[in-house]
Amino acid sequence: MAEAQVTVWEPSAEKIRDERIYREMGLTDEEYERAVQLLGRLPNYVETGLFSVLWSEHCSYKSSRLHLRRFPTEGPQVLQGPGENAGIVDIGDGLGVAFKMESHNHPSAVEPYQGAATGVGGILRDIFTMGARPVAFLDSLRFGDLADPRTRWLFAGVVSGIGGYGNCVGIPTVGGEVVFDPAYQHNPLVNAMCVGIVRKDRIVRGTASGVGNPVFVVGAKTGRDGIHGATFASAEDPNAKERSAVQVGDPFLGKLLMEATLELIQTGAVVGVQDMGAAGLTSSSAEMASRAGGGMELWLDRVPVRETGMTPYEIMLSESQERMLVVMERDKAELAFEILHRWGLDAAEIGRVTDDGMLRLWFHGEKVAEVPVRVLVDEAPLYDRPAAAPATLPGADAPAPTPLTDAQQAAQALRRVLDHPSVASKRWVWRQYDTTVRVSTVVGPGSDAAVLRLPETRRLLALTTDGNGRYVYLNPRRGGQIAVAEAARNIACSGGRPLAITDCLNFGNPEKPEVMHQFIEAVEGLADACRALGTPVVSGNVSFYNETGGQDIYPTPIVGMVGVIDELEQVVTSALPEDGLTLIHLGEPDFALDGSLYWQLGVGRPAGDAPRLDLEAERRLQMLLLALAKRRLLRAAHDISEGGLAVAIAEMCIAGGVGARLRWPEPVADAAGWLFSEAQSRALVAVADADVPQVLDAARAHGVPALVLGASGGEELVLADPAGTWLALPVAELREVYESAIPVRMDAPVVRERGSV
Amino acid sequence: MRWAVIVFPGSNCDEDARWAIERATGDAVDLVWHTQASLDGYDAIVLPGGFSYGDYLRSGAIARFSPVMQAVRRAAEAGRLVLGICNGFQILTEAGLLPGALVRNDHLQFRCELCELEVVSADSPFTAGYQPGERIRIPIAHGEGRYIADPSTLDALERKGRVAFRYRDNVNGSLRGIAGILGHRGNVLGMMPHPERAVAEWMGSVDGLRVFTSMRVWHEARAKGGVEVG
Repeated sequence: MAEAQVTVWEPSAEKIRDERIYREMGLTDEEYERAVQLLGRLPNYVETGLFSVLWSEHCSYKSSRLHLRRFPTEGPQVLQGPGENAGIVDIGDGLGVAFKMESHNHPSAVEPYQGAATGVGGILRDIFTMGARPVAFLDSLRFGDLADPRTRWLFAGVVSGIGGYGNCVGIPTVGGEVVFDPAYQHNPLVNAMCVGIVRKDRIVRGTASGVGNPVFVVGAKTGRDGIHGATFASAEDPNAKERSAVQVGDPFLGKLLMEATLELIQTGAVVGVQDMGAAGLTSSSAEMASRAGGGMELWLDRVPVRETGMTPYEIMLSESQERMLVVMERDKAELAFEILHRWGLDAAEIGRVTDDGMLRLWFHGEKVAEVPVRVLVDEAPLYDRPAAAPATLPGADAPAPTPLTDAQQAAQALRRVLDHPSVASKRWVWRQYDTTVRVSTVVGPGSDAAVLRLPETRRLLALTTDGNGRYVYLNPRRGGQIAVAEAARNIACSGGRPLAITDCLNFGNPEKPEVMHQFIEAVEGLADACRALGTPVVSGNVSFYNETGGQDIYPTPIVGMVGVIDELEQVVTSALPEDGLTLIHLGEPDFALDGSLYWQLGVGRPAGDAPRLDLEAERRLQMLLLALAKRRLLRAAHDISEGGLAVAIAEMCIAGGVGARLRWPEPVADAAGWLFSEAQSRALVAVADADVPQVLDAARAHGVPALVLGASGGEELVLADPAGTWLALPVAELREVYESAIPVRMDAPVVRERGSV
Repeated sequence: MRWAVIVFPGSNCDEDARWAIERATGDAVDLVWHTQASLDGYDAIVLPGGFSYGDYLRSGAIARFSPVMQAVRRAAEAGRLVLGICNGFQILTEAGLLPGALVRNDHLQFRCELCELEVVSADSPFTAGYQPGERIRIPIAHGEGRYIADPSTLDALERKGRVAFRYRDNVNGSLRGIAGILGHRGNVLGMMPHPERAVAEWMGSVDGLRVFTSMRVWHEARAKGGVEVG
């Protein structure tokens, strides 16, 4: 196609320096100076753009890189650690699980449907570019108070966007969490996780190797959408930014791209694949060349564009979705075109791999940029930003929690906690997601972990996400530990062995010493727990600048964890399946209300310290749960977490449609701590009468305190102590509260519980 | 018995349907690409769920123009079995092989959950394995599953026993609660619920199995000359 020569009006290198135009692109004076020094000359407009996006917080991790080195990233199960499109762990039988979680917070705050949808699309591409067949999505979401109409708009839009993309590409969304707290009012969090399966010998990496090999851009045409999205994600107050910086997703194209890429990889002719996500062609080309230790040259006029007159700068910085950069073996290009055309996809050869270490860009025969890849990727600024601990823990001065001294108060308190949207049923959310496509969902949303069967093996996957910003706010280190511990406990309660984690570290402005302190401590905490529980970090991302008007979100590291279950018969859920089962409390009893939702609801802000956690006790509890599951001794199991013991047993009753009668062995004067303590390393299990001695023996052998509390049965949840009944509520009433909390707030009809799908 | 599952760009329950049919019947199942113009030799043709062409225009509105749809039409006319599930049902209505249309759910949301259905007509190649009036549980997963048609069409469907399934609790606002309908000769079924997602205990229901086993039994009987399509 004949194309007119485009006259590009761009400021000169001198003008960029003199008028500090680089500042508008997000570079500081020091960073610009550094670029000039490393380059040995003034960068031109395109080159300044390359520096600005690759040195953005989003791409370079310049504020976090130093601290992320604290994470354990190795283990016998790790096939691919951090630094690739996704991490991969070994699950045996020649199979690897590729998984990663990524934030899409800033775009979702401005344009919730597209922000969330493109977050899902982006993480999907990260998985299949590794050669893995995506099998599941999970999403961890944070919003403000649902009483706020805009929060409802954000919430509805995000959920709809996640479904809009995930449902269309035919990958089930099987889990995640949603938490509502005013701390997220202006900065919702949208963290999307994707999980895929790959044969160990078929893993593909994002490497551009083999001098002379052709480089293709595959998928959507390049438009002007999302230019500077990466820089935008690294700036304060997304609401002040333009909605035009948010990309628009096309899940149909995403699906075709997935199928075509997986087919292409099957041919064995693919050298490397990289998703063109944040910073588009710039980061994908630089990262692929960097990993191979080589260079790349691109002819930008050959990039298929959807708008006329696009400049090299725009082509390099566009974040148009559903595009990938593919390096093929020389002479295999025809094969690629044939497959891509069958799927109706555009593909264009736009460059080749070189060995001179340069990223060199051409446009209509003119060289428009030439920068060493090493300078762009490895020489990005690295900040050891100042950190300062607050004088006292932020929850230390909170008023004491309200005591509960009679049955009426206790019942009212349980209703109130169950009605809190963070605790209440998320059916309103996940019934909008296709949870059962791919016919592999054994346990969908609503239990401790989702469980998927895999056609290739008897083994099953257990998947969960976890994170509690309130705990991290109160005590960053322990809060970080709890995020991993709870995720692992969810896997163990489902009968699985935790393998590894991915994480999204959502924080405020890192230029504030107190935020940096939260970050460093939380990372230490995550690392502590990962080491204690043997679950290394294999992928993840950092999202800073989640602040508006100087107000930062709670520091919110989210953990996505993958575990493996040996066989179907070993799967455990939280639903009480029948009457007559014995209910046993495992773990050290604890009535402390530190960090609990109950205390927060009473005093209007997070209160006390983070809940107690003993990582050694946690490890023993999880070993016990796994041992019991392997011996088929668990009829149900549920982690005691947000909302404490009372919510745990209520959820087990509601999910199974079965009542329960629990009697605490000692008199309770104030029921608040007994019912609502969120102290960690505890679980509630249901076992058959005949198996009780075996379970108690196993608990003793593992060094885990075990307390027989009662039995399942009847129509009511009854909680008592030796002095009498504290609480007796019909399960039907609990369910009504639990199921209607979110629909009522969202002004939608209530849906009855109908068993798990 | 030979089964074909049609794959349109954007189909996403094609592998699921193949897996479920193989599990239910033991027969081999071929995935057939939408550009194929012939379906000769197949005894049953399944149009699976998904988002053909993204369903950006109207569900099934583009897929009906695929080359394979002429072959589907010929197969239906020849009395062979045609089953459209979810997006497949939408394509069959767009193609005019079944009456009516499927529009946006009345609550405007996508909905995925296990649903209770009533088997209305147990007198078809697809439902003969059920009892009339039997209550079964099969999941739905759709945003545009509200069945509509003009009153005379609805009356005719009901009068002629062509309503195969009805929702017990109308989940999407379908007229007369219709979840699945039969073609005028009984050899074409379109249904919004996904029988392939209810074929194993761990799925929470095995009630979908009998759609496929009924088809097989009917085919075997027909092959022996026992049954003819009404």
